[in-house]
Amino acid sequence: MENSLGPAPSLLEVRGISKSFGAVRALQEVDFTLRAGEIHALLGENGAGKSTLIKVITGVFPRDAGVVRLGDEEVATRSAKAALQAGIATVYQEVNLLPNLSVAQNLFLDRQPMRFGIVREGEMRRRAKALLTEFGLDIDVAAPLGSYSVAIQHVTAIARAVDLSARVLILDEPTASLDRHEVEILFGIMRQLARRGIGIVFVSHFLDQVYEISDRITVLRNGRLVGERETASLPRLELIRMMLGRELAETTGARAAANDHPPREICASFENYGKTGYVAPFNLELRHGEVVGLAGLLGSGRTETARLVFGAERADGGQAKVDGASLRLQSPRDGVRHGFGYCPEERKTDGVVAELTVRENIVLALQAKRGLHRPLSRREQDELARRYVKMLDIRPPDAERPVGLLSGGNQQKVLLARWLATAPRLLVLDEPTRGIDVGAHAEIIRLIRELCDDGLALLVISSELDEIVTYSDRVVVLRDRAHVEELSGEAIDVTNILAAIAADGAAMQEARA
Amino acid sequence: MTALVPRRGLAQILALVVILAVDRMVSPQFFDLRLQDGRLFGSIIDVLNRGTPVALLSLGMVLVIATRGIDLSVGAVMAICGAIAASLADSHGLPVVLAAALGAGLVCGLWNGFLVAVLGMQPIVATLILMVAGRGIAQLITEGRIVTFSSPDLVWLGNGAILGVPVPIAIALGMLILTGAMVRGSALGLLIEATGGNARASELAGVGTRAMILAVYVWCGVCAALAGVIAAADIMGADANNAGLWLELDAILAVVIGGTSLFGGRFSLVLAVLGALIIQTMNTGILLSGYPPEFNLLVKAMVVLAVLLLQSPKLSGFAGIMARLRRTKP
Repeated sequence: MENSLGPAPSLLEVRGISKSFGAVRALQEVDFTLRAGEIHALLGENGAGKSTLIKVITGVFPRDAGVVRLGDEEVATRSAKAALQAGIATVYQEVNLLPNLSVAQNLFLDRQPMRFGIVREGEMRRRAKALLTEFGLDIDVAAPLGSYSVAIQHVTAIARAVDLSARVLILDEPTASLDRHEVEILFGIMRQLARRGIGIVFVSHFLDQVYEISDRITVLRNGRLVGERETASLPRLELIRMMLGRELAETTGARAAANDHPPREICASFENYGKTGYVAPFNLELRHGEVVGLAGLLGSGRTETARLVFGAERADGGQAKVDGASLRLQSPRDGVRHGFGYCPEERKTDGVVAELTVRENIVLALQAKRGLHRPLSRREQDELARRYVKMLDIRPPDAERPVGLLSGGNQQKVLLARWLATAPRLLVLDEPTRGIDVGAHAEIIRLIRELCDDGLALLVISSELDEIVTYSDRVVVLRDRAHVEELSGEAIDVTNILAAIAADGAAMQEARA
Repeated sequence: MTALVPRRGLAQILALVVILAVDRMVSPQFFDLRLQDGRLFGSIIDVLNRGTPVALLSLGMVLVIATRGIDLSVGAVMAICGAIAASLADSHGLPVVLAAALGAGLVCGLWNGFLVAVLGMQPIVATLILMVAGRGIAQLITEGRIVTFSSPDLVWLGNGAILGVPVPIAIALGMLILTGAMVRGSALGLLIEATGGNARASELAGVGTRAMILAVYVWCGVCAALAGVIAAADIMGADANNAGLWLELDAILAVVIGGTSLFGGRFSLVLAVLGALIIQTMNTGILLSGYPPEFNLLVKAMVVLAVLLLQSPKLSGFAGIMARLRRTKP
């Protein structure tokens, strides 16, 4: 969509925003400019800082440094309510409305038309009806919001936001749960609002949609601004490179020669392994002493592949084999029994047991593997904890400290220790370096290499392409929940991976047009 | 900082000592013991004896709560198992009576565990079902009457003595040791605490979280069954309407006083039993003082509040450490 009036004045200006959570710097001097009447895509992988930026702009998080200017005024967004009053409205992926109240009540929540202290239901419904008609929606506004589809709930949320005199509308992954037709409706409304001069921030990981709807794109990576471009003049490959890679010169050739080993023994193999609607069937061979990297954009099926391989998710087709014998892989317990380990991406919710000590967290998987009746004695536990705290340099070196009190990097090391204690044959690591400070980051990468040299098979997911290139012997590239390419040896470099990720995205777009 | 944080259990012991001291003030003979017919008598023995059912319930309840669950049905399970024991007592030997009653408790526990672990129901709702239905089942067993019995074996279970120690006290002590050996002697304790602390993470670490949850509800049912049998033996009869009535709340209270969080995770068997004793010491003290029993509930609430407040520095200490960590990070 083009602006017929030429470059519009900037509406929302964000300058030099920084925000840290503990040791993790979520945003570092980020700038962002939104013009009136434009649809501006905000892109980046998980952990890039999109959500943090939005929450800082809307006052959900206080900022450490920086300025937010709306029009000519600086907005001191101290709370979500203040931001809303200033004219910045946000609609989140999970609609933040009340499904048991009627559509009309949701639209006018907290500002119902009143007379003598009594809500004027009729008046409220009439106004709700009129408001939704503007958005091309003709529904019974007295029915509970929850009885409508997610798409209609979204439109209701947007209508509410716009009606609160919004000048800036932030849509966080609005299309994630919509089908194609509903997306069209939403895009129609977005274009209509943009024509009225509202600036729209569109956060999405569907690149096709970004190219379809947005005027400009801002890319964040690791909490920093990578760049701001006109959508029309930004090739898809270039965009993906902005999201995933660093400077090409920095990474190509960084890879050490890997093919000087004799062919390695197969540790585990997966044939036609997959699950309908989850990941398309894939073939994957994992060898002792080899790191296989999984690359792809958010939502491409990386984590899904990892969960299938470990047994956290049940496959509905194909065969898994360990040392040539086919195996049952129905639960994490099966995976653990076969010598698999899995460090999930979400450390806090899926990884550590925060209340338990470092020692208890380290012995957990080994104890589960041994079963109830062969408890590890306290001495054995202390010994294991001492060994891994030292080996992985877990800080502070206090095995009796609750894990919840450790930093992200050290929690990640505790999880690694948990699996290493089980003497695994295969370790699956999902984003092992996310949200970890720089020092620990390098250490984890060194560990991955060392473990691999000790004969472990590793399957590692990362959004950092240069990181994947550094440690992988082979790289599997995923796109749209399918394995699309496998690179090995000399072919592993950022350019090739980017090309595989982007490959037929352009072709698909043409086909759709 | 850490010096100010009370050690685990200090608050409970302190509370018990204070209440015992108050009891001693209102009743100077409180600590007197005498041996009569080969059985110890005295207020303190009375406290232990009366406290047995709740202590037994709390042994099962503390494990259930450690998995982030709750079992509201234990009072009703007591009634069922008491009714079964009373109905069989005069026609069968003690082993059969016990096996039937404990078996029934086990089945009740399996039912609760099935609803929670397999069907994934919320524990409070799942166990509410048996809480309501259980009393009905008990009434069906007794056919609406109060079933009395005279079997000396079963009566001995409620009123007899082993080496001067009343049998219920011996049973409760035995169960505490047995449960402790089971939980801490195997890996069960760690795996239960992990399941309660973070079920998703534990599952991904290979812990059979469903089996853990099922196991704790089964054990809770068995403990409740034993409590029910002792309660019936004590009064030489089963009253389906009143046996174990509201005791589930005392058991939950005992666990909470014992410092186990309703959000699951860390638990302590000994402190839960101590919690049960605190409750009973209070009840007995109020009765001895001659105050009208109406005061009982109010005083109980105050003491509970006091114990929880005593525990709270632990929480604020924890929060303090967290806050400090956050501040000192660059």
